[in-house]
Amino acid sequence: MVERIPQLLIVGIFQGGIYGLLAMGLSLQYGVCRVLNITHGEFVMLGAVLTFTFSQLGINPLLAPVIIGPLLFAIGFLLQATLFRSLKARASSPAAFEGNALLAAFGVMYIFQYIARITWGGRLMPSYYLADLVSFLGMEFTLNQPVSFAIALALGVAVYLFLSRSRMGRAIRATAEDPGTAGLMGVNTHMILAFTFGLGALLAGVAGTLLSVKTSVSTTLGFPNTVIALIVVTLGGLGSVPGSFVAGIIIGIVSRLVAGFWEPILTVPVYYAILMILLLVRPTGILGKK
Amino acid sequence: MPILEGQGVTKYFGGLAAVSNVDFRIDQGEILGLIGPNGAGKTTLFNLISAAFPISSGEIKFNGQKISGLRPHRICRMGVGRTFQETKVFSNMPVLQNVLTGAFFGTPTRVSGADAIGEAAKALEFVGLSAMSASPISDLTLVNQKRVEVARALATKPELLLLDELMAGLTPTEVSEAMELVRKIRDDGITIFMVEHVMKAIMGICGRIIVLHHGEKIAEGTPREIAGNEQVIEIYLGEGAHAGS
Amino acid sequence: MVGFLLLILIFIATLPLYARSYDVRVLTLILIYVVLAVSWAMFSGTTGYMSLAPAAFVGLGVYTMALLQETLPFPVIIVIGSLISFAFALLVGLVTLRLRGIYFTIFTFGLVVFLTELVQYLETRIFLGHGWNITPIDNATLLYTMLVLVVVTVLVIYFIRRSRYGLALLSIGGNEEAAEHMGINTTMTKVLSFAVSSTFMGAAGVVLAPSLIYINTTIAFSLFYSFMPILMAIFGGMAHLSGPIIGAVIFGYLERTLRSELFSYFMLGFGVILVLVILFLPNGIIGLVPTLQSKLGRLMAKLRKGEQGEQHANT
Repeated sequence: MVERIPQLLIVGIFQGGIYGLLAMGLSLQYGVCRVLNITHGEFVMLGAVLTFTFSQLGINPLLAPVIIGPLLFAIGFLLQATLFRSLKARASSPAAFEGNALLAAFGVMYIFQYIARITWGGRLMPSYYLADLVSFLGMEFTLNQPVSFAIALALGVAVYLFLSRSRMGRAIRATAEDPGTAGLMGVNTHMILAFTFGLGALLAGVAGTLLSVKTSVSTTLGFPNTVIALIVVTLGGLGSVPGSFVAGIIIGIVSRLVAGFWEPILTVPVYYAILMILLLVRPTGILGKK
Repeated sequence: MPILEGQGVTKYFGGLAAVSNVDFRIDQGEILGLIGPNGAGKTTLFNLISAAFPISSGEIKFNGQKISGLRPHRICRMGVGRTFQETKVFSNMPVLQNVLTGAFFGTPTRVSGADAIGEAAKALEFVGLSAMSASPISDLTLVNQKRVEVARALATKPELLLLDELMAGLTPTEVSEAMELVRKIRDDGITIFMVEHVMKAIMGICGRIIVLHHGEKIAEGTPREIAGNEQVIEIYLGEGAHAGS
Repeated sequence: MVGFLLLILIFIATLPLYARSYDVRVLTLILIYVVLAVSWAMFSGTTGYMSLAPAAFVGLGVYTMALLQETLPFPVIIVIGSLISFAFALLVGLVTLRLRGIYFTIFTFGLVVFLTELVQYLETRIFLGHGWNITPIDNATLLYTMLVLVVVTVLVIYFIRRSRYGLALLSIGGNEEAAEHMGINTTMTKVLSFAVSSTFMGAAGVVLAPSLIYINTTIAFSLFYSFMPILMAIFGGMAHLSGPIIGAVIFGYLERTLRSELFSYFMLGFGVILVLVILFLPNGIIGLVPTLQSKLGRLMAKLRKGEQGEQHANT
C-alpha cells in the first residue's frame, strides 16, 4: 500500500498542474474584474470539446490551443467588454455588481452549455494522444501526464512573469488594486478588464485541451470543473495567482490519494471537508490577501 | 467613573500600527473631539470602540465594563451608537425603515412594534426629517442622509454617540445647523465623541479635544489649549487650523 | 384582494374534478416552483447573499421520500424532509455565513455536487446499489399537499417580511456593517433565515419525488432546481412577495409545456432571458409596475390637458 504513495503523489502533481492552470484563470477574473465567473468550466469544456473535434480532423491536440486559445480569448474578452461592463455601469454598488455578475454568469453558463449540447450532443469523446505507458523509478504513468503538467507549469510561470514583470502586467495589477486610481494614471481600465477576462478564458481553454488529451470528455464536463476551479481558487486565496497553482497541486494530490486509498467518488466531498476546515481556520485561503 | 475609557489601545494592520498605545477617557455629558490629519487613525479608533474590527492590544471599557472583544451588535445594545464616515444608510428601504432598524434592534431591551415606530418617528423629528419619513433614501441629499444616520443611531437609545465626520461635505450654513443638532443631542443627556476636520465645529462645541498623529495621541486639552499647542499647529500647517478660522 | 386569492385557491382545489390528470401534474409542479422561488427570494433576495443551493435541499427532500416512502405516512415524511434540510442548511450556514458573501456563494454552488457524490457513495455502501423507484401517489393528493405547502410557505414568509426580522434581513442586504452596528446579530439572523428558507425547499422536494417515479442522485440533485427558482424570482422581481410567484407560474408553465426534443433550445432561451433580465430588468417584472403606473399617469394627464387645450382654443 505504502509503495503506492510516491506513484499517487506524482500523478497527483501532474493532475494538480492542470487544476492550477484552471484556477489561475478564475482567480484572475475575480481578482481583477471582480466577477466570480461560474461559466469558467464551460470554457474548459469548449476547449476540450473543440480539441477533440480538431483531433478528429487530424490536427494534433497539442496544437489545437493555437486556434482555440485566441478564439476563447476573444469570447472572454467580448463577454467582459459587453455584458459585465454594462452590469458594472448600472450597478448601484460593488456588492450589487458582484451579485448581478454572478447571476448573469449563471445564465451565460446555461447558454454555453446548451449551445454545446445542441452542437455536439451529449456523447462521450475519448482521446488517446501520447497514451504510451512510461515507467520511471518504479512508477507508471502515461506520457501525456507529465507533458500536460509541463505545459501547464510553463504557462503558469509565463503568466506569473507576465503579471509581475511586464508593463501590461503592472497595469493589470494596478487595476485590480484600485481601478479608479489606475484610470487616473492613464490606464485604459476597460481594455485591461476585457484583456484579463479573455486571458482567464484562454487559460481555461488550454486546461480543457490538456484534459481532453488524458481523458474522455463531453459537453457535460463544464460544471464539475467549475466546482473544482472554485474550490482550488478559494483554497489558494481569491486573487492570488501563485496561490491558485499551489492549491491546484494540493487538490491534485488529494484527489489521487482519496481515489487510491478510499473511493474515487469521495474526492469532491473530501475537497469540501478540507475547504470547510480551511475556511474556519483561515478565511483568506493559503496565500490569500484580504 | 468615566462613560468610556481606553487604555493602551493599539491596532496593527500587517506591520503598521494604525493606532498606537492611545489612552483616553470621556465623562458623562461631555462632548469630546478627536482631530488629526488624514490617516492619523481617528476612524480606526472609532472602529475599535464599536468593534467593527478587533483590537490588537489594550482595553476599552464602557461604564466600567470591558467592551473590547465583544461584537458590534452587543456594544450597540449596551448603549454605544455611531454614525459612519462614508454614510452607511440602508439604500433598499425608505427613511422611516432605516431608523426603525435602530429602534427595533439597538435598544437594551426588546420593544414592541408600536413603541419602535413611535421611537423612530421621534428620532426623525429630533433631526428635523419627519416630512421625509416615507421617501426612499436615494431621494435625499447627502446632508439629509447624514441626518438619517444620526436619527437611526439615536433610535438605539444610546448613552454615548460616536459621530464620524458628521460635517464633512457640508456648507457653512449646514455646519452651523449640524452644530446645533449636536448640542441638542448632548442636552438630551447623550455623551458625544466626535471625529471632525471642520475646525469651526470642533472648536465651537467640544469641551475637550484629543489630537492623534500617526496613530499616537500627541495632545489633549480644551479647545484653547489645543489651538495654542505648538505641535498641533505644526502638523496642521497649511490646513488653516488656528482657532477662529 | 383576499377574496381574489381565495377564488384562486378554490379554483385550484377543484381542478382534479374536471381537468386532465396531465394538467393536474403540471399545476402541482408549478406550485413546487412557487415554493422554491419564494423561499429562495426570502433569503437571497433580501440579504444579497446569493445561494445557488436550492437543488441541494430539493434533492435531500427527494431522497428522504425515497428512503422513507414505505415506512411512514406522507405528511410525516414531509416534516422529516423539512427538518433534514433545516439541519443541513444550519450546518452550512454556520460555517459559511460568518465569512464574506462570495465564499458563501462558492460553497453553495458546489454543494449540489458534494451531496450528489456523498449520497451516491453512501448508497453503494449501505444499500449496495443506486436509484430508487418511488411508488406513485395519486395526482389529487399531490396537488392538495402542494396547495397546503404553498399556503404555509407564503404565509410564513409574508409574516416574516412584515416583521422586524424581515427588516433585519433587508438591512443586512442594505449595509451589513451598519446593520451589525444597529444591534442586529447578523450572523444568527443570516443562518436562521437561510435554514428556514431551506426548510420549505426540502418539503417541496419530498412532494416532488412521487412524480419523478424513478430517482437517482443525478435526477434528485439536478442543478436545474437551482437555476429555475433563481430565474423565476429574478424575472418576477423580489421587491414584493408576488414577484417570484408570477415568475414561477410563467416559467413553470413554459418549462412543462415546452419540454420535448426542443428542451435544449428552451434551456438556452431561459439562459438568455436570465441574462437579459439582469441587464435590463434588475427589479423584475413587478419592478416595471411603478414605471408603468407613472407612464400611464403621465399619458392620462397629457390627454386631459389636450382636451382642455381644445376647449380653450374654442372659446
